[in-house]
Amino acid sequence: MALSGLEIYKLLPGGLKPPHPKANCKECGYPTCLAFAMKLAAKQADLSACQYVSAEARAALSAAAAPPVRLVTLGAGEFKFEVGNETVMFRHEKTFFHFPGFFLRVRDTDDLAAVGPAMAYSVERVGMHLGLSGVAVENASGSAATFAAAVKQIRGLTPKPLILICSDPAACQAALAVEGGQRPLLYAATAANWQEMAALAKESGAALAVRSDTLDGLAELTDKIKGAGVEDMVLDPGARGMLEGLQTLTNLRRLALKKNLRALGYPVITFPGEGAADALDEAIVAAEHVAKYAGIIVMDHFSPALAYPLLTLRLNIYTDPQKPIQVSPGLYEIGTPTPNSPVMVTTNFSLTYFTVAGEIEGSGVPGYLLIADSEGMSVLTAWAAGKFDAEKIAKTVKQFDVESKIAHHKLVIPGYVASLLGELEDEMQGWEILVGPREAVDITNYLKNVWR
Amino acid sequence: MPVEIPKEAWTSRVLEVTLGATPAEGGTRGRKVVVGGEGTLPFLHYEGPIPHRPVVAVEVLDRRPDDWSPILQSAWGDVLGDPAAWAAKGVALGAGLVTLRLEGCHPDKGGRSPAAAADTVKAVLKAVDVPLIVLGPGQAEVDNDVLVAVAEAGAGERLALGVCEDKNYRTIVAAALANKHVVIASSPIDVNLAKQLNILISDMGLSLENILIDPTTGALGYGLEYTYSVMERLRIAALTGDRMTQLPFFCTAGFESWRQKESKVAVGVPETWGDFGERAVAWELATATALLMAGADILVLRHPESIQRMVKVIDRLMA
Repeated sequence: MALSGLEIYKLLPGGLKPPHPKANCKECGYPTCLAFAMKLAAKQADLSACQYVSAEARAALSAAAAPPVRLVTLGAGEFKFEVGNETVMFRHEKTFFHFPGFFLRVRDTDDLAAVGPAMAYSVERVGMHLGLSGVAVENASGSAATFAAAVKQIRGLTPKPLILICSDPAACQAALAVEGGQRPLLYAATAANWQEMAALAKESGAALAVRSDTLDGLAELTDKIKGAGVEDMVLDPGARGMLEGLQTLTNLRRLALKKNLRALGYPVITFPGEGAADALDEAIVAAEHVAKYAGIIVMDHFSPALAYPLLTLRLNIYTDPQKPIQVSPGLYEIGTPTPNSPVMVTTNFSLTYFTVAGEIEGSGVPGYLLIADSEGMSVLTAWAAGKFDAEKIAKTVKQFDVESKIAHHKLVIPGYVASLLGELEDEMQGWEILVGPREAVDITNYLKNVWR
Repeated sequence: MPVEIPKEAWTSRVLEVTLGATPAEGGTRGRKVVVGGEGTLPFLHYEGPIPHRPVVAVEVLDRRPDDWSPILQSAWGDVLGDPAAWAAKGVALGAGLVTLRLEGCHPDKGGRSPAAAADTVKAVLKAVDVPLIVLGPGQAEVDNDVLVAVAEAGAGERLALGVCEDKNYRTIVAAALANKHVVIASSPIDVNLAKQLNILISDMGLSLENILIDPTTGALGYGLEYTYSVMERLRIAALTGDRMTQLPFFCTAGFESWRQKESKVAVGVPETWGDFGERAVAWELATATALLMAGADILVLRHPESIQRMVKVIDRLMA
């Protein structure tokens, strides 16, 4: 966990007791060691600016600067998956940084044909393409050769990262040999096999999942494995079911963040399908894990109808609360508009844009959608905050030269800001301001039956 | 390596709010429902008391819903249009509360009279023995007329009446005071506005044990994250001693998720959205699950399967 300015100060020349001869030497560019410490705490200065800090203090400071939950990377290239580096318990405290990946579990005894379509699945939401992160292949056959053949087949079906589920180091080794060196996750090292698994991970550069059904045992194992030279680990605390999962994952996140317990400062892997009654039940448990602290979620079922809501939930929870997803202000053509097509204006909150654009498109009436810069706020919020008023709308109409595109002078405003009508008529002389529907869902009816 | 489980030392608890009154207390309910009382974050039982389980309420309308998703229409079948039978079916499925939305009193949706609304409330009260939550059609003047009539018709039943908003709460609060009911205080996804409304309501003499917070629910994909975070912030404030936030949450997960395109429309949507019926129910369940994680005390749901599933989820989390 990050040190406070005062904690850092105690490690600097000026904060030592007795003070170092070079206390407050100003060579770092700051007037005192305390001022430098405060800048370090705020991550606005670099420790290398001080030549007189001791080696031990340097080690302590750099250890403290390491993230409380280690960033672990699986895969390579375009489909690289990164997880970890989280710094808060609640998204409103800052944001969650790396969303959990959904991995589809298949067994080496299964027909693997389902893997291709599941990995190709991509659903669009607010301009983003959401999908599964990779495949978890389980050595259910017990045979190293069958396992390796399955991994090889899957590698041919998808370039996405793999999780190799096998407790037998020999089978893992066989799979690693054909995996293609794409940084898979080996699942899992246990008290029984950790030495061989750690050696395999180290040799192949794979990340290593570590399983123990107690946190004590888990911390002990990660410590030993780290000692064996493996840094990239993922934790399976053995918790299954909604209550135990929620409590255990909360404890792990708290231990990493609040207690700075390095031994448990790794992303967590969950298996919501284990113990679930059916696919929908698995999705409900997975929804809990998205909200509360999972890093990798291994799913036993895949269907678009369940993947889409889960991916949407993940998008919601992992959206930075300080930065709503925005689209660029501008004049957007929906369909193939003509100079007689309607012009509707709304805000640049992405959800607003995509909802309105989708409805205009769905209406079959081509039109222009003018997007004003509301700093990512929705219509009502932006109106209340003064970011979507008559002046802003009039300015946006000019800025994107709407007049040059159309033969009429009509502008449709959202129904929720009908109160801007009078002011807009004053601001935009010669324009006819029309009040559109409040809800996007009524746009089709409006464009077909009201717009003229 | 012994690992000590960290616990937060919360200083305060959420207030307990009782819905429904038994005959001995001046009502007619077979069972009361107490919500709230949490002394820790959702389901962290080892850290503080969670004396009462979150409760699933079935949402029932006073009219046959003509604009509901076909998935809901076919799931409920014949009981739509018969609020008493509908409520009874919801309770039989496991709902611990009934939320009656008097949509038919809206001028555009039938314009039923306050007297007719009161009769519907009486019929539902007769059909089920669980406590009842009654929501107006959502238009200030109509809400006031209708909810006053309802409050009087259900005097002594400890109904929950909603919703009170900062621009319209006095009449509803006065009716609750006069007839011993609870009110739902609704504010637009904002900690301070929620607190302010609770102050205004309690200033009228209705004590905090008679108020539920409606933080304004956003559906999955349609603002859920705002609701989720405002609930977490309110609940943390409650646990650390901020009195005006120490009230249970009332969340309209069903209403919000079933009005979204994902749950309403079968054709002309991307193939990647998957099977319509499966997706629509999952949409409501994902919304509800996230809200449960953020501290929901009452979850109002629409689909029979969602009701059954969420009751089981709560069983597991309260085990």
